[in-house]
Amino acid sequence: MFDLDLWTEIVSALKKNRLRSFMTAFGVFWGIFMLIIMSGAGKALENGVLDGVKAFATNSAFFWTERTSVPHEGFQRGRRWNYETSDIDYIRENVKEVEYLSPRLFANNQSGNNTIRGERTGAFNVFGDYPDYFKIDRWTPVQGRLINEIDMLQERKVCNIGERVVEVMFEKDENPIGQYLKISGVYFQVVGVIHAETRINIGGGKKEETIIIPFTTMRKAYNYGNKVYFFSVTSKPGTKVSDLEEKLKVLLKDRHKIAPEDQQAIGSFNIEKEFVKFNALFLGIQGLTWIVGIGTLLAGVIGVSNIMLVIIKERTQEIGIQRAIGATPGTVIKHIVAESVFLTVMAGYIGLSLGVAVLEILNQILLKAEGEMFFRNPEVNLTMALSALAVLVVAGIIAGLIPAKRAVSIKPIDAIRDEG
Amino acid sequence: MIRLNNIHKSYVMGNSSLHVLKGIDLHIEQGDFVSIMGSSGSGKSTLLNILGMLDNYDNGSYHLSGNLIANMSEKRAAKLRNELVGFVFQSFNLISFKNAMENVALPLYYKGVPRKKRNLIAMEYLEKLGLKDWANHMPNEMSGGQKQRVAIARALISKPKIILADEPTGALDSATSYEVMDILREINDDGITVIIVTHEHDIAAMTRQIIRLNDGRIHEIIRNGELKNFQKSYIHGLETA
Ligand SMILES: Nc1ncnc2c1ncn2[C@@H]1O[C@H](COP(=O)(O)OP(=O)(O)OP(=O)(O)O)[C@@H](O)[C@H]1O
Ligand SMILES: [Mg+2]
Repeated sequence: MFDLDLWTEIVSALKKNRLRSFMTAFGVFWGIFMLIIMSGAGKALENGVLDGVKAFATNSAFFWTERTSVPHEGFQRGRRWNYETSDIDYIRENVKEVEYLSPRLFANNQSGNNTIRGERTGAFNVFGDYPDYFKIDRWTPVQGRLINEIDMLQERKVCNIGERVVEVMFEKDENPIGQYLKISGVYFQVVGVIHAETRINIGGGKKEETIIIPFTTMRKAYNYGNKVYFFSVTSKPGTKVSDLEEKLKVLLKDRHKIAPEDQQAIGSFNIEKEFVKFNALFLGIQGLTWIVGIGTLLAGVIGVSNIMLVIIKERTQEIGIQRAIGATPGTVIKHIVAESVFLTVMAGYIGLSLGVAVLEILNQILLKAEGEMFFRNPEVNLTMALSALAVLVVAGIIAGLIPAKRAVSIKPIDAIRDEG
Repeated sequence: MIRLNNIHKSYVMGNSSLHVLKGIDLHIEQGDFVSIMGSSGSGKSTLLNILGMLDNYDNGSYHLSGNLIANMSEKRAAKLRNELVGFVFQSFNLISFKNAMENVALPLYYKGVPRKKRNLIAMEYLEKLGLKDWANHMPNEMSGGQKQRVAIARALISKPKIILADEPTGALDSATSYEVMDILREINDDGITVIIVTHEHDIAAMTRQIIRLNDGRIHEIIRNGELKNFQKSYIHGLETA
């Protein structure tokens, strides 16, 4: 039942008590607004970071070599060394916890234009990889296919190229598949254009500027011998990659005459550890959002009740007068509660809309912004927002009910006499 | 119209109790114009509040227009107040955030009269009391006399049978007081019972019956011949002053 008169009464009462209404509304508005912004920002950070890593095998670890830092078995400290293909074979055969193992070579000199096609030249990151690499750090073929076992076996001079490579080395409407690129003096046929699914970057350089050729081809074409610069492993289900990482380190140190206590000689990195950190971070952010959110909400509730309390005196007398001239307790309670609920809902709604609008604007800016973004797609947690609003509405009802109940429970004359 | 029978009223504060009305018997007819006098603390306001159903009594009986006023629900009391009684207070008691017209119209709102209609009626009453131009002013923009006239208009709008006024001139200067009394007399001329509480003899002298309270009891009721003398002495005193 819509009672126009009731609403005009309520709106005029609120309008005439501007400061009081504003203070009440502001508490609610601010509570909801901050809640939306904070949860949105937290979510955006989570999205931004997780988007870049979620396609990455979380059970993966990466190894490279550094100079030794401890003299051992007659070797001086500061020795340069490399992994060897025999290490790879040995691990494959003897370490059962390994699921995928993908050794990598990269060009010794990554700077300068290393890729030529007719008039065009470009400087790209050239890697020699095993097909298993695509299972660890996910790439998808946009055009053509990924490098496979047959390419490896036959040491074929084929390559996968990133999207930026296509832009630089080909005309706009040219199909790169089947074309040749001269990479550091050797011709390779393009068999696929690939797109990186993650932004985790191992080996440096932009992922769009990557050229991947078969490991075996690279070794042979550029005379790397049996060197391996870098390798990635994933652990089998049930094995913690951190444990595998430690095991492999011990094993490799032994094979290469490196002191067991040398902390520097083997560089390694393990995604699982990073994920644990991320997860802890997001848990922390979420926890913080909730704590601060509940805090702001509580502040809003207290604000509403407090203002209601402050006005109890003023209201009590006003209510006493209204009762003297014929207002029934029902009317009085209906009025005050409706007033309070109307105010909180309005303020909450404005807070909600404004919060969503601010997040949307932020989103638009982020979408336009170029480059690496660790802040993307701020989502509104609508459930959270609506439950917060519900809490505030209930608070509004109670905040209205308390003075109203009090004012109608005492004798009208006591209400009128009530001196603020 | 009003029939009080051995009314007692005590205020209880903590463990002490103050016996304020100690057996009031009173009979007021429709159309009477009554003033209640007595020293401060004698129970005048208490009596008036009981008459207006703003307060309850402890013992005795109170009949208003044939209704026994005792142990009724607040809803029913509100309805009776709205129908039968109009209040005028010493401190005006207007709703501060409503303008003159809205204040006057308020009792009709509780009766369910639509906005347009009640505002129209409110304007009529304001016009009667010479406040047409002040209809859109807020209470804090008006003088005491103007506020009291607004309050009277508000008391009248629901066409009550009784107007109860607790020191309606208490906050006004004497010229303004007399204007207010003239208005109350006109109201009384229309047949509405008017009961006022006052300290001032000249004000009381303008009514047709004076009830003197002393220590919670009716000390004397002055009317007819005695009233003439009362009037003569006080109105005379006023003229020589
Ligand atoms: N709500 C109350 N609680 C306790 N005592 C009260 C209350 N109201 C009035 N009294 C006491 O009751 C007595 C009578 O009060 P009342 O207001 O009726 O006096 P009054 O005749 O109107 O006096 P005044 O001329 O000063 O207005 C006083 O002693 C007063 O202190
Ligand atoms: Mg009094």
